[in-house]
Amino acid sequence: MVRQSLTEEFPVIWLQGAGCTGCSVSVLNSASPSIKNVLIDEVIPGKHINLRFHSTIMAGAGDTGIEVLRETHHQKKGSYILVVEGAIPTAQGGIHCVIGEEGGKAASVASRLKSLGSDALAVIALGTCAAFGGIPAASPNPTQCLSVEEALKAVRIATPVINIPGCPPHPDWFIGTLASILLFGLPKPEDLDEHRRPKAFFGALIHENCPRRAYYDEGKFAKKLGDPGCLYELGCKGPVTYADCPLRHWNNGVNWCIGSSSPCIGCCEPGFPDLVSPFYEKMTQA
Amino acid sequence: MGHIVIDPVTRIEGHLKIEAMVENGEVKETESSGALFRGLELILQGRDPRDAQRLTQRICGVCPTSHSIAAALNLDSAFGIADKIPDNGRIIRNLILGSAHIADHVLHFYHLAALDYVDITKVARYEGSSPVLNSIKRFIQRGELGPFFPRYEGDYRLPAEVDQQMVAHYVEALTMRRKAHEMLSIFGGKMPHNMGIVPGGVTAVPTIDKIASFLWRLNELRDFIDNVYLPDVLTVAEVYSDYFEIGKGCGNLLSYGSYELDGKEADLTKRQRSFKQGTISTDLKPGKLDPDKISEEVKHSWYASSSTGRNPARGETTADRGKKGAYSWIKSLRYDGEVYEAGPLARLLVTYACGEPTVKGLVASTLAKFKASPSALFSVLGRHAARALETKFIADSMPGWLLQLKPGEPVCISCTIPEEAQGMGLIEAARGALGHWMEIKESKIANYQVVTPTSWNGSPKDDKNQPGPIEQAITGTKIRDEKNPFEIVRIVRSFDPCLACAVHLVTPKGRSLGEFRVS
Repeated sequence: MVRQSLTEEFPVIWLQGAGCTGCSVSVLNSASPSIKNVLIDEVIPGKHINLRFHSTIMAGAGDTGIEVLRETHHQKKGSYILVVEGAIPTAQGGIHCVIGEEGGKAASVASRLKSLGSDALAVIALGTCAAFGGIPAASPNPTQCLSVEEALKAVRIATPVINIPGCPPHPDWFIGTLASILLFGLPKPEDLDEHRRPKAFFGALIHENCPRRAYYDEGKFAKKLGDPGCLYELGCKGPVTYADCPLRHWNNGVNWCIGSSSPCIGCCEPGFPDLVSPFYEKMTQA
Repeated sequence: MGHIVIDPVTRIEGHLKIEAMVENGEVKETESSGALFRGLELILQGRDPRDAQRLTQRICGVCPTSHSIAAALNLDSAFGIADKIPDNGRIIRNLILGSAHIADHVLHFYHLAALDYVDITKVARYEGSSPVLNSIKRFIQRGELGPFFPRYEGDYRLPAEVDQQMVAHYVEALTMRRKAHEMLSIFGGKMPHNMGIVPGGVTAVPTIDKIASFLWRLNELRDFIDNVYLPDVLTVAEVYSDYFEIGKGCGNLLSYGSYELDGKEADLTKRQRSFKQGTISTDLKPGKLDPDKISEEVKHSWYASSSTGRNPARGETTADRGKKGAYSWIKSLRYDGEVYEAGPLARLLVTYACGEPTVKGLVASTLAKFKASPSALFSVLGRHAARALETKFIADSMPGWLLQLKPGEPVCISCTIPEEAQGMGLIEAARGALGHWMEIKESKIANYQVVTPTSWNGSPKDDKNQPGPIEQAITGTKIRDEKNPFEIVRIVRSFDPCLACAVHLVTPKGRSLGEFRVS
């Protein structure tokens, strides 16, 4: 017997395009709220994230799962949030990434995005592949991957898109954005930067907050990997990358890329990976 | 004659479709089809070889660490430094891989496989005081049960109290896998997509506080493995014991070996490792592995047939999506022309047959508990048991490795990129045998090939029409209820498929992928 619930439900559909599932794994690493808090509890009192479709963890499979997509699309028009992880292949009709069938034919993730994107409350492009094309779109972009925003523009869908890049994105960036939607509604234009990234998380360069900045300013550069000092000469892209990693750190504060003496590879930027490659070569212009 | 199509298969990594033809309640034929293709090897061409190690991690976000190490070994061998990696670097790589292994296996049993055996609705009747179970009870009462519903119905056999306990463990396991990633980050920087591993060693410097922190996080995980994870696998095995007879598969297994114990041997086929390299079949006699006998066949894969049968080091293919008779983006990986399965079962049995005493003890005591012979391990439950046993084996090995670290000593050796070179890196990822091959010309990547465990396991029929391991494991199975084909999904999930890994293509000269018709 189901008692009448006073909880406000926020249905979420999570689609995976040309990606690696790293964004999902990163979200599973959310420390507080934990992923259990997000999926089971009222993550904000009185409000519950109702994750209806996520291929990696959902109970149902095959048609049972596709039926969930159809039902959510029709019953929750205009009120479900569509999260997309991975880029959108478009070469040869998008056949390089297929999720189930529609009308007896293989359904590309591009077609699913078009159909589900048109009636979503908002689309969250999670991870650099979804936000900017990322890895599968790297030269020569064999499957003609587009970012989520480009793919929606190409079919004239105007549903608002929020980009949360990162390879992977920090779980806080995603959970924080979701919590913000639950509490305050969709972000206002001034909350997002020119690449539609939340300024709350992507407002400053890594370089501005880097604990090794004093070394950079004094010209003390590490000459080989494992040495102390600024990592600029070893290829660090901190000076051109917007993200709050030096403040937030990773994996519940245990460490972060530069903290393990590894140069930043600029994974939150639209130019990742091509414009920030080679990863171990110093940028010629900051 | 029934035709069961499961698309998408869920609770795996990536995009997989399974089609099974059923006659008189038994599967007569199975097709396993990979449904995502990105072309990573094409993307790698022409790049700085060192970048391959960062980029290939992005083949998979569930098992990126495996790729990061296989790539590092590949680059080490190409750069001619494979026997010069400082001990600190070698050990830290093992610790990073081990942490990922623990996280992956805990995730697999609880968050990918368990919902096939565990019924969350039994928590609706829970009357105890556990805060976790009571919060789940409230969740059920609120009525919006995604992602736990809808699901297959009709075969949940655990008694209510055991079921409720397993649901509580599912939640605890979410925390444990997160903690394993946190432990990994001590040396890896972040997870997924660690930064600590580089060609030549690692970047992270071991200090005594990091060593102590790692040790006690590891001890908490070992406690969970011994007292929660392993017992839960055995509980499921007792209640679903018919699954020792289901999903046998092809009966041939191979392991590339992993966890370098010796830093002085350049040739990884001769190197001392925790998991041994070799082949094994149902007769349990270990055989030596010869990497030259690995080949990729494409008769039933969406690639031009002209280059079938090549070793990955000389791989060359062109996509052909309209090809007659083909049904998958995955190529058929074969060894000596035969079908071989990769995974925890493979490396556990190879290591067991090589006489490793701890592994022998773990396998023997588990078989004794079920009064079973080793042949029972070639099954759905055998794969789950092997996964749990090896998690214990690795976790128990890690403190010894950790305490060999020497603060103050080097972690990395510098490398110079040669003009021309060839490299190979073979390890055991969580899901099985993983290989990276590379050719460098004019100091850039001329050719990069990745062959993953799911390329072995999820492969379609080969040139001789021999079905792949997952296909063989499903064919012959009796299906009780075609609308709720538990048997099929339980078999598939026992392999822990990772599809982002499985699908690859190389066109060395940058030719276009070829045209095909979309039906």
